[in-house]
Order: sequence, then C-alpha cells, then structure tokens
Amino acid sequence: MSIDIDTARRVAKLARIKVEDDALPALASEFSAILGFIEQLNEVDVDGIEPMTSVTPQRLKRRTDVVTDGSQQPAVLKNAPDAREGFFAVPKVVE
Amino acid sequence: MTDLNKLTIASARDAMRKGDVSSAELTAAYLKEIEGSAALNAFVHHTADIATAQAKAADTRIKAGDAPDMCGIPLGIKDLFCTKGVPSQAASAILEGFKPEYESTVTTQLFDAGAVMLGKLNMDEFAMGSSNETSTYGNAVNPWKVDRELTPGGSSGGSASAVAADLCLGATGTDTGGSIRQPAAFTGITGIKPTYGRVSRWGVVAFASSLDQAGPMTKDVRDAAIMLEAMCGHDAKDSTSADLAVPNFEAALTGDIKGKVIGIPKEYRMDGMSADIEKLWADGTAMLKDAGAEIRDITLPHTKYALPAYYVIAPAEASSNLARYDGVRFGHRAKLDAGDGITEMYEKTRAEGFGAEVQRRVMVGTYVLSAGFYDAYYNRARKVRALIKQDFDKVFADGVHSILTPATPTAAFGLGEEFDDPIQMYLNDVFTVTVNLAGLPGISVPAGLNADGLPLGLQLIGRPWEEGDLLNTAYTLERAAGFVAKPQKWW
Repeated sequence: MSIDIDTARRVAKLARIKVEDDALPALASEFSAILGFIEQLNEVDVDGIEPMTSVTPQRLKRRTDVVTDGSQQPAVLKNAPDAREGFFAVPKVVE
Repeated sequence: MTDLNKLTIASARDAMRKGDVSSAELTAAYLKEIEGSAALNAFVHHTADIATAQAKAADTRIKAGDAPDMCGIPLGIKDLFCTKGVPSQAASAILEGFKPEYESTVTTQLFDAGAVMLGKLNMDEFAMGSSNETSTYGNAVNPWKVDRELTPGGSSGGSASAVAADLCLGATGTDTGGSIRQPAAFTGITGIKPTYGRVSRWGVVAFASSLDQAGPMTKDVRDAAIMLEAMCGHDAKDSTSADLAVPNFEAALTGDIKGKVIGIPKEYRMDGMSADIEKLWADGTAMLKDAGAEIRDITLPHTKYALPAYYVIAPAEASSNLARYDGVRFGHRAKLDAGDGITEMYEKTRAEGFGAEVQRRVMVGTYVLSAGFYDAYYNRARKVRALIKQDFDKVFADGVHSILTPATPTAAFGLGEEFDDPIQMYLNDVFTVTVNLAGLPGISVPAGLNADGLPLGLQLIGRPWEEGDLLNTAYTLERAAGFVAKPQKWW
C-alpha cells in the first residue's frame, strides 16, 4: 500500500509531530516501505483466531479501590519545564 | 590488584567474602577503567560519588556477614531505568535534564542487594534500534574491532560494550525485540531476557509494554543466573508482574542435560545465511547432543511473520506510551513563537525532542491504530502473534525443553553501514523477536568467532518460567563451546 503526502501529513498531525512540508514526500515513501513490509501479514489465515490480549495466561491482579499515594506536589512538579504556583503552566488553551 | 578482565560476578563475590578484595577497591578500579573508555561512549552519565558510597556500605555488610550475592558488585545501568536523582533520559533529547524522583523496581532490588552503580549506559533512543546509532549521546562503540569501528548492537549497546570491555562486572539491559540478546552476541557476552512478567517493568521507561522485559548482561552464564535472580520477583506496582516464587537460578547450573529435548526449528534456516552462522549452529547442536540431550527437528510455521507483526504491535504501543512526552510534565519543551498555542507546543516539542527513528515508529504506530486501519493492521498483527505463540506452545507440549537457534543473522557490522535502511536494520532481530511476541525466556551465549575474528552467539529459547532449566542448558553449551576470546584493548 502506497502512502500519499496527504496521508503522511495527517498521520504527523495525529501524532502531534511537526513535519515541514518539504519533508513529507520522504516520510511518505518511508511509510510506504514499512507498510509494504507489514503487508506480508495478509498472507496468514487468521480466521477464528482471537487477537492476543495477554501473552501470559494469568489474570491481572485486583486491588482494593483506595488511595495508595498522593501529597507529593513538589516531587510531581520537580521536572516540569514550566511550573507556577503549584501547577503545570502551558500556553493559553481557551480563547 | 585483581585482574579485571578475568573477574566475574561469582569470583568477585567469593573474593570479597574471603576478604581478598573490597568493593571499594573494585569500584575504584572500574571507575578508573571507565575514565579511560571515552572512545567506547558506553557510560553516558557518571555516578562515581554514588558508587563510592554504595561500595563503602557494601563492604560493611560483607564484613558483617550479611551479604547477598550481588553485594559490592559494580554494575552499569542502562539509561532506560529511572534512577532517583540521576539523569535517566532513555538516550533521548526529549528527556534532557530529567532526574526521576523515584527509583525503578529493578534498581531498587539491585541496590537493596548491595550492588554498586558506576553510571548510566548508552542505548538506542527509547530502546528503538539495533545498533545504538539512534542515541542522543552518539554511537556506542563495540570493543571488538577489525579494520573499522563496529556497532555493539542495540538497543542495549552501551551495556554490551561496557561488559565486554571490562568496564563493569555486569549491566542491566532491556529487550523488546532482541535488545539484550543481539548486543550480547555482537560483543561476546551473555544476555538473558526472562519470561514476560518475571521482572518488574515499574520505573523502566516504556517502549512496547506487552513486549518489554529487563534482564542482565554479564560475562558468563553463572553471572547471568546470579544477577537475574536479584532482578526478579513480584511487584505490586507492575500489574503484569508474575506472583511466582523466584528459584535459585545459580543452583540450577548442574551441567547435566541428559534426556533433555532440544528443538532445532527449520524455519530459522534462512536463505543466504552465512556459512559462519550455519557452522556455529551445527556445532552448538553437536555440543548439546554430546552432552546427552536429544536433538529433535521442529517446525514453528509462523516464524516468517514475526517481524512484520512486531513492526505493527511495537510501534502501536510506542505511539501510545510516548504520547506522555508533551513538554508539559518533564523533559524538553520547545521555544514557542508569539501566538503559538498548546498544539504548536506539542508538535514543536516532539519534533525537536524525538530523533528520526522514534518519530518514524510513533507515526507508524499512529497510522496502524487510526480509524479504518485498526482491524487491518493492529488486530491482524495481534492474531498473528497468537499464532506465533501457539507454534511454541505446541512444540513445548510435544516434549521439547529448549530450542537452539543462532542469535543474529550476522556478526557485528560497521557503524553507519545499515543505518539508512530501516527494514534492513529491523532484520537484525529476525531470530530474537519471536521470543518477545511469545513472552518466552531467551538467552544468548557466545559460542565462536567468525572468519574475521568477531564473536557470534547462539540463542536458546526456554519454556515459560523455566529460566533455571534454560540457564542450565546455556551453561552446558557455554562449557562445551569454551569461548574465552576477549577484544584487544584499543580504546
């Protein structure tokens, strides 16, 4: 399957990665090569096969629905590029 | 002073317990070796102060007679593990300056056992790569050298380079598609990826959560057994961590494999396989047979589809896991222009912070999960994954204990030689990736040299949770192969 430039642009947008227009043709052709490789999967008969959800057949553990952690605001904010007054600061979201 | 290039975890443990050497002395010697190893670019963050303090504490424990096996053992830690207060960047520019406020479960367990951290090790960015060439720190270099600089493999390239060059006694690695076993094979060391769920993933920067497992990279099988045991165990903080008792793996090393059934899968005999690899595999088979194992030809019919399935599932999970790098909570944030809003912040931050291969995989993952393609790619790949696991289940149910294959299709290649062709690079993992998809334990053991004098590894694949049996088979193979070659020091 061949990926066109518009699809490459759309995927970059969905992935929230800025790709300049002049880089899109190369990106599209890389995607096409990788998807071409992946298309081999179409040769496999998967009728009646359930998609794998867990590679080990054990049930996930459950725990009581209680608070186990918290009150660590300074530690949580320690690595933030921009933290103000106890919050993460970001560019204006609502006009 | 002890000869560092002959020392192992086991012999260092015994020497420290006898009082022949202290952890402080060993640690100082390794720190000095690391200082002189800049050309290998294996250690990317140095933690000499931590190491010195840990060594001192370890010596006190050893003197008091309260010393677990790993006590006082100097290790390198892959940059993918979060280490409290120490840069943990996953070799990515997007985590520049990130110093975790917490310690991963694996490093917590190792440090509780008294192990010493010499520093953080180079790797491919977010563990995506097979040559350590996607790192923000630059390439790690293989201590084995012919006429040019070679890759140590990836993604745990710094770990492999450091252990092979005697810069530490062992290193942590992680393996999503072969990232412990391929670099181990390229550098003449031992590396084991345990059963999925054996080692906690908590505090390990996530790449593909259903495939990632951490494991040790060491100089021999005994050391792998000792270090693996210290890394294993149930962890409530990782919901996929198995609540199973951890056996004494070192005690499993009897060297007796009489009556064990070793499978030789015909699908791993690839067209155009090099004569070196072909011979290595045949020799390894003969060694196990001589040791009393029954050799059986087996078939794993879906092997061919493992790599394409992996290159749907791993990027899909990565695109989800790496969504957290948004310039808000940690790491890099792009400088914004006037008028830029939050979307521009995300897009510029991620374009600047992620390298080319990571961007490629995040976008492929985004595509295969997007509306209209989810069934055709992602669900189909998960069905194929179920078939790949069934192949192994059948073989094990028929009585096979372990499976012997080559670890890699070639010996280490030159830096830059495969970098421009992603699919060629992906083929490095052709023998290892099936093991991750099926959640099985796999170990790479150095077993010979190729015509150029470079190390080659054999892979043994075990039954789920049977790491002890797998390590014992690897130990038997190691003793028969008698691999003792070391790289000439040039760095």
